[in-house]
Amino acid sequence: MSNGRGQTERREMTGAEMVVQALKDNGVKHLFGYPGGAVLPIYDEIFQQDAVEHILVRHEQGAGHAAEGYARATGKPGVMLVTSGPGATNAVTPLQDALMDSIPLVCITGQVPTALIGSDAFQECDTVGITRPCTKHNWLVKDVNKLSAIIHEAFHVATTGRPGPVVIDIPKDVQFAKGIYTPPQTAPRTSYHPNLQGDMEKIKAAVALMASAKKPIIYSGGGVINAGPEASQLLRELVELTGAPITSTLMGLGAYPASGKSWLGMLGMHGSYEANMAMHDCDVMLCVGARFDDRITGRLDAFSPYSKKIHIDIDPSSLNKNVPVDIPIQGDVGRVLEDMVRLWRATSKTDKKVLYPWWEQIAKWRARDSFAFKGNADVIMPQYAIQRLYELTKDRDTYITTEVGQHQMWAAQHYGIEKPNRWMTSGGLGTMGYGLPAALGVQIAHPDALVIDIAGDASVQMTMQEMSTAVQYEAPIKIFILNNQYMGMVRQWQQLLHGNRLSHSYTEAMPDFVKLAEAYGGHGIRCEKPGDLDAAIQEMISVKKPVLFDCRVANLANCFPMIPSGKAHNEMLLPDEATDEAVANAIDAKGRELV
Amino acid sequence: MNAQLQPTGSAYFIAKETQLPESHTLSVLVDNEPGVLARVIGLFSGRGYNIESLTVSETEHEQHLSRITVVTRGTPHVLEQIKHQLERIVPVHRVVDLTVKAQELGHGTPLERELALVKVTGTGDHRVEALRLAEAFRAKVIDANTEHFIFEITGKGSKLDQFIAIMKPLGLVEICRTGVAAMNRGQQGM
Repeated sequence: MSNGRGQTERREMTGAEMVVQALKDNGVKHLFGYPGGAVLPIYDEIFQQDAVEHILVRHEQGAGHAAEGYARATGKPGVMLVTSGPGATNAVTPLQDALMDSIPLVCITGQVPTALIGSDAFQECDTVGITRPCTKHNWLVKDVNKLSAIIHEAFHVATTGRPGPVVIDIPKDVQFAKGIYTPPQTAPRTSYHPNLQGDMEKIKAAVALMASAKKPIIYSGGGVINAGPEASQLLRELVELTGAPITSTLMGLGAYPASGKSWLGMLGMHGSYEANMAMHDCDVMLCVGARFDDRITGRLDAFSPYSKKIHIDIDPSSLNKNVPVDIPIQGDVGRVLEDMVRLWRATSKTDKKVLYPWWEQIAKWRARDSFAFKGNADVIMPQYAIQRLYELTKDRDTYITTEVGQHQMWAAQHYGIEKPNRWMTSGGLGTMGYGLPAALGVQIAHPDALVIDIAGDASVQMTMQEMSTAVQYEAPIKIFILNNQYMGMVRQWQQLLHGNRLSHSYTEAMPDFVKLAEAYGGHGIRCEKPGDLDAAIQEMISVKKPVLFDCRVANLANCFPMIPSGKAHNEMLLPDEATDEAVANAIDAKGRELV
Repeated sequence: MNAQLQPTGSAYFIAKETQLPESHTLSVLVDNEPGVLARVIGLFSGRGYNIESLTVSETEHEQHLSRITVVTRGTPHVLEQIKHQLERIVPVHRVVDLTVKAQELGHGTPLERELALVKVTGTGDHRVEALRLAEAFRAKVIDANTEHFIFEITGKGSKLDQFIAIMKPLGLVEICRTGVAAMNRGQQGM
């Protein structure tokens, strides 16, 4: 832990005072929370200081996603504070979300007094029991003298190694009790010491293998973002040095700029044709901070069959988990990339001509233009809406969050992310309702930036209440809703898998988003014609208030390209092939068994 | 377990399992703190791993370290995952796959012992036979009156199974077993 933050010496204080002091000592500037009976002593302390600003949300889930967005946009841990019982259970979704996407999130929960634990007291729940599988670690603090050390340890665990969520459950009597506060120390416990440095022999072998490749590919993930901006810089250098093409997972967008010449676009189920084909046909694959998720690999027994694979990951359990690799390197992505770049400069002088045939092949795949869509003069195509949004916002200090569904995939395809920490989305858990509160968290961290939630009409209604928070804190977030009145991705799967029986994927009673925005005290915009879109987006950008932008898009557009169920990377369904018949027959009977 | 599932052909593709499941004994050294056992067994149930036997006790009182011995069954790939997943748990200090270690050391299998208390009631010939067999198995009588014995027996699980099976027709009424305690042969520590 760093010094120079005015850390206190050991002194006596109440548990509630310790919480606030520990937050300050760990460099916390903002926390997101909601009060309740079991955290009132902590709220009383928050009231009496102004070093840590508290953002009052409207639902604990919103606090969690806001803290996640804050963490993702700053590289610092997000902090949330909730009460016992329902406060804690409402925090479960963001905790699991943060676990799956490796987001550092510190969640402080109140608990009923120690003596009442186990008595089914009012607003009691087994918080550590409920959150055990959805946190990296959690603590129930029964002794006030251990409280400060536990909070410091919680920050350490959340932010080091593979980052993740932690919960500190503090009974109300411990918040009132007096004890000795101890300032943060390094290496608080003996059993937890993540290894950061990669094995040099393996790194050498990896560099040699990459240097020998004729058809290499670099496949990067969220781990590069988590390893800090330096890691993204090193990744860019390695791409430049090796001359290899690069693709990235949904979570990894921005580590390499979308405008870069080696960029193939996102890979995976709705990734680009060139990225997936290159993954399938490559001879050497370098996976950096990604985890071979099922949305990435498609059919495992046909996944990149001709390649030697190198995998860099900080979590040993990610190595060889889904896909066997030839060179597993356990370590911090940033440090391993640093070693690789240094070794490459020292040893490998690549003749990039060797890669020409590979790039020629890639150019042919690119020429298929797999993200293409048919424009329409009367109806706004959702892809077009995102393209225009991108063109009108790309030169600003812009941060993008998303909800989950078709709009999320279209955003990943058509909104080019140029820098790390600019793209906040729920990848692993796929949490509808993530984007609006995440945008709030980003805006709190970057008050002057343009923060846009690319949303769907269904997702956004799951956490709509946080509009009220945005208005209260004058956080001018822009909620850009691609409104097709369907749960588009659900409908797309019903068309693909269930004989076009659209069971409960149509929202028959949609709110008037413009009036809704106004009711919250924000600004509402509706746009129905392609010709009006640019002016409407300009209006959205210029309004200094939270905006709900109701962008009416083609109702039945589907998200392509797509790797249908049961198929490999080289069996993508491209937009120009996606006729009704092809869609209906894309997935065979076996593939229908699971989504 | 993955081993039993057939490939379903989907984006959740489940590869055909070519490896055969094996039984392995893991030793897990953990901080003895509240909830640590729940973390370990929650990991097994949450990720669909098997627990065939589980033994826990604090072994180093001054450092508050507990040793958890788990007998689990899975393919070598799954067993490797289990070890890594256990190592991710914050209060876990070390995980040793004793079965793998024993093979590396050339010892075949690790030493494994289990203790059972076995209550047998009966009179006459059955009672005499029970006592005679208990002696043959080197089971100790730790409680008795004219109509019952409680035997204490230690050994490999298979020996205990055999003893219990034999006692069944002789008036077996109650069994309590500890689960496996295990360590490797030789001078090396865990």
